[in-house]
Amino acid sequence: MNETLILTVLTIITAATPLVYAAIGELVVERSGVLNLGVEGMMLSGAVCSFATAHYTGSASLGILAGMLAGMLMALLFAFLTLTLQSSQVATGLALTLFGIGLTALIGQPLVGIAFGGLPSLDVPYLSQLPVVGPLLFSHDILVYGSFALVAAVAWFLNRSRAGLILRSIGDSHDAAHALGLRVIRVRYLATLFGGACAGIGGTYLSMVYTPMWVENMSAGRGWIALALVVFSIWQPGRLLLGAYLFGGISILQLHAQALGINVPAQLMSMLPYVTTILVLVLISRDRGRIQRNAPASIGQSFHPTT
Amino acid sequence: MIALQRRASPSRLMGYLAPVLALGCTLVAGLILFALLGVPVGLAFHAYFIEPISSVYGLSELAVKATPLVIIGVALSIGFRAQVWNIGAEGQLILGGITGAAVGLFFYEVDSWYVLPLMILASVLGGMVWAGVPALLKTRLGVNEILTSLMLTYVAALLLSWLVAGPMRDPDGFNFPESRLFHDAALLPRIVDGTRLHLGAVIALGIVVAGWLLLSRTLLGFALRVNGMAPKAGAHAGFSQTRLVWIALLMGGGCAGLAGLFEVAGPIGQLLPSISPGYGFTAIIVAFLGRLHPVGVLVAALIMALSYLGGESAQITLNLPLAVTGVFQGMLLFFLLAADVLINYSFVWTRKATQQVESL
Repeated sequence: MNETLILTVLTIITAATPLVYAAIGELVVERSGVLNLGVEGMMLSGAVCSFATAHYTGSASLGILAGMLAGMLMALLFAFLTLTLQSSQVATGLALTLFGIGLTALIGQPLVGIAFGGLPSLDVPYLSQLPVVGPLLFSHDILVYGSFALVAAVAWFLNRSRAGLILRSIGDSHDAAHALGLRVIRVRYLATLFGGACAGIGGTYLSMVYTPMWVENMSAGRGWIALALVVFSIWQPGRLLLGAYLFGGISILQLHAQALGINVPAQLMSMLPYVTTILVLVLISRDRGRIQRNAPASIGQSFHPTT
Repeated sequence: MIALQRRASPSRLMGYLAPVLALGCTLVAGLILFALLGVPVGLAFHAYFIEPISSVYGLSELAVKATPLVIIGVALSIGFRAQVWNIGAEGQLILGGITGAAVGLFFYEVDSWYVLPLMILASVLGGMVWAGVPALLKTRLGVNEILTSLMLTYVAALLLSWLVAGPMRDPDGFNFPESRLFHDAALLPRIVDGTRLHLGAVIALGIVVAGWLLLSRTLLGFALRVNGMAPKAGAHAGFSQTRLVWIALLMGGGCAGLAGLFEVAGPIGQLLPSISPGYGFTAIIVAFLGRLHPVGVLVAALIMALSYLGGESAQITLNLPLAVTGVFQGMLLFFLLAADVLINYSFVWTRKATQQVESL
């Protein structure tokens, strides 16, 4: 029993990690006042580029780097269109996702059907030998440790650092921030690129660890779920981590349902994460006051210094 | 140094020129893409853009592919004008396909005139119910309709895949995940013999006219436009925001559902695990490319339909992956969004970036 429980928790971690990365990146982007709906497209780019790089070079670290860069490249495209050319953030984000799905399907054509060994787990000496606690806490791959460190770093950055204060003020009122002499466009570029890098790593985790292979459109809506998680978190990194693990738990429920003797068709079980996303958005909406207090006030609006 | 300067008023000319510019850029970028893929550019161009429409059958196929894009595109463009972002049309299309097919299969071997109208009614209602969920959540609880309508698309696709594998599977179909083939009374009449061109194409043209009348000649159309351009002015004029959100979403859902039925009762003729190559998503691009205007949507739908046909033709003759179609469609939308900057801004040369003009 203990064994299966540990195994279950480990699968939850694997399912939650891509969501943590994609959502924490988008959280920072949104805090700067930019709404990038292209998370799905950036995740897919990260997934295909990291997988291809890792497969052809044999180096997992190069793969992770490539995934990150691919996400950033897509984010740069988005930033150039929305921040420099003033296009609509909603429409451009959708375009990023549609383009990402097509482009990655094209790039990934020769990679279909190839399996990958996954990332090596980094065992903490001695501690990983402990019963129960060892495998649960001290024997993961670098990206799992990294996800926790990243959430902590983002929480510190947003709430404790001067740069974080600048980012938040730009997200709340770009006009006031501009009047104070803050570089609105530059900060938003940086935030968007950070979001792209995170989404890219999220995708990397999908293709290199979670599956681990490349399948067309493999993110299957996780980019959108990440967007919903940011709303669920009320733009707070701590709550976001909680939400991602909740979703990780739900998405592995379908894998374990059969074993637990729940006789529901697989397709209906697969609906769970999507239905849960809607339910979660409904539940959180009852807290409208808190959402309004925490949501970046100028999210989704274009900024041009002459207007 | 190049900088952007806001125009005193939006340029109408650029509103029309931007799609042309975007198409030109997409064409050039596409040819570069073909060159990168190692395909002779001339051959690829011919296979993609000329061959599909160089026969009567090809032209009829263009209309078949454009039909769902027109129907959904018109409805979405009306919603987008009101800033209602229904991006789950693909799911609403699937639901319409399911409910319409369910009625058709229920009246299996009933050879009467009323079967098809009932199927149409069911499909519209099915699409409306699927779009009604985001509308309800948006108006009652303020939940973002983008996320809910998109999540429901995944649910609809899974529902379809379960239905064709289970309850709606053909009992004599050797366990293949497919429904029975519809009988004649449940199929859309063909317009031209020897092609797959069906009655839906005519109805799509009717929807273009209806959409144009709605936007330009009715108070509702005016309210939708005002709500999109200046929500506060709309509220002040007494236009109910809630009502407009409902109308925009139900219209989108109903039309998408109808398009779904036209697919299953038209070119497909039964229920399959997948009934659309992403028409619901491509219709979003169609709406923008068509300048959110019904007539523009008609033209844009024909262009996007060609991208589907070209993709299929290039796959057959040049062995190019079908995914090229998606790349083309995505690129087109990007170029369009970039070209749209010219509507509100003009490029100016400056010696030095000044305080007023953010440098590029």
